[in-house]
Amino acid sequence: MKYTEEHEWLKVEGAVVTVGITEFASEQLGDLVFVELPSDGLEVTKNQEIVVIESVKAASDILAPLDGVITEVNNLIVEDPSIVNSDPMGEGWFFKMKLKSQADLDTLMDKEEYEKLTQ
Amino acid sequence: MEQVKRTPLYEFHKILGAKFVAFAGYSMPVQYTDGVLKEHLHTRQCAGFFDVSHMGQITVWPKNGKKQDLIAGLERLMPCDLFALPKNRQSYSILTNSQGGAIDDIIIANRGTHYHIVVNASRKYIDFNHIKEHLSDRGDIYLDKKKSLIAIQGPLSHSIISEACPGISGMRFMDQRQTKIFSYPCLISRSGYTGEDGFEISIDDENVVPFAENILKKAHLKPIGLGARDSLRMEAGLCLYGNELNEKITPPEASLSWSIHKSRRATNLSRSDFLGAKTILNQLRLGVDYIRIGLLPSGKAPMRQGSEIYADLAGHTKIGVITSGGFSPTLNQPISIGRILKTFSDDNKEIFVKVRGKLLPALITNLPFIPNKYKKTI
Repeated sequence: MKYTEEHEWLKVEGAVVTVGITEFASEQLGDLVFVELPSDGLEVTKNQEIVVIESVKAASDILAPLDGVITEVNNLIVEDPSIVNSDPMGEGWFFKMKLKSQADLDTLMDKEEYEKLTQ
Repeated sequence: MEQVKRTPLYEFHKILGAKFVAFAGYSMPVQYTDGVLKEHLHTRQCAGFFDVSHMGQITVWPKNGKKQDLIAGLERLMPCDLFALPKNRQSYSILTNSQGGAIDDIIIANRGTHYHIVVNASRKYIDFNHIKEHLSDRGDIYLDKKKSLIAIQGPLSHSIISEACPGISGMRFMDQRQTKIFSYPCLISRSGYTGEDGFEISIDDENVVPFAENILKKAHLKPIGLGARDSLRMEAGLCLYGNELNEKITPPEASLSWSIHKSRRATNLSRSDFLGAKTILNQLRLGVDYIRIGLLPSGKAPMRQGSEIYADLAGHTKIGVITSGGFSPTLNQPISIGRILKTFSDDNKEIFVKVRGKLLPALITNLPFIPNKYKKTI
């Protein structure tokens, strides 16, 4: 598992990574009421705004964690955004992407580093 | 930098698990552990406890016992029929400026010996200075710094409070009374900002912690933060100063013509000589260009404050702006309040709102979104 400073988690499974937001982020955001996901096949660059989420309080952007191509999105959270609050690290994942370079993962934080950031 | 203020219940909120937000110079609970959606629905279904002690409480007393002079002076500041407001009753009104714009929206109550005015937190010093400037020769004016304000709102609010204070049963909407709850003296009114039946309780700072501890022991009463307070008032179609009202928006332009009481509308009479009367009475006669409307977005994206409203999908004709917007937990869909040109304001008409650069459809609807449940008759 890898983490970004934008409070995203990346689960690495071979060449494909699954991306979501952390428990910490979901708590800070409050109840989510709207999610807009990118389309499959979209080529993205690191820090590109690719997801819009809105909580009862405000809208936020989720950034592409690294360069790559979107391979799958989780439409269940578009139907029911509350899944992100109830299970942010599991059922509430946002999208899967194929990384341009697997080595880019080394630039991200591991669990220990991320936990330090949120303390 | 100015110190962020806290209400006397700050530590109490902390123990209850509140998350805080800066609001009008105060650190206030935005939500507790349940979160905004659950808190909102709990208030509609049962009852909610709101700390609104950041709001201002101003008292105005007649000089040398000349109450008629004071009333006439107060009437110059707001288009409310204060001569007809009985003791133990309160009224919604607007402090107007000389251009007819709103300095604040307020609740004013006749206490017999004096008037009690509840004002918005963000405006309390402005209001206080404005009232002093115009009224010092007729009245003594105080901004009370030792009083808290608690709202108990929702269908169970009456039964919850009446256990501790049986006397409230005779009260109807906008009645006010000096009484005791759990032996603590307080000024209670049957009113609120949620569209539900409910009560607002002005109580000494020194008693508010034990009062809160005791009342929150009652079943079905939960603490509710400012997040749900805002979504509740939006569903109820109520104005928020700074959003629907400001110094450039007159009461008729905010669809608040009803707050200009009949006796204050006649031309050439001294009682219609309130600040901004010329503009406002003209608007009542001739109509206004802009009005306040409700909007139901057709999709799932909330349409928030500041988003532009267009008559056409191409975005050629701009007709207004969203003044408040968010998500309605009761309707389970986004809702907005907007200010648009009256000529485009037909009910059920489709208009388009710019959200992140895209024009998205929404339907104009009547306010409120949820019918109010005020206890107007006993």
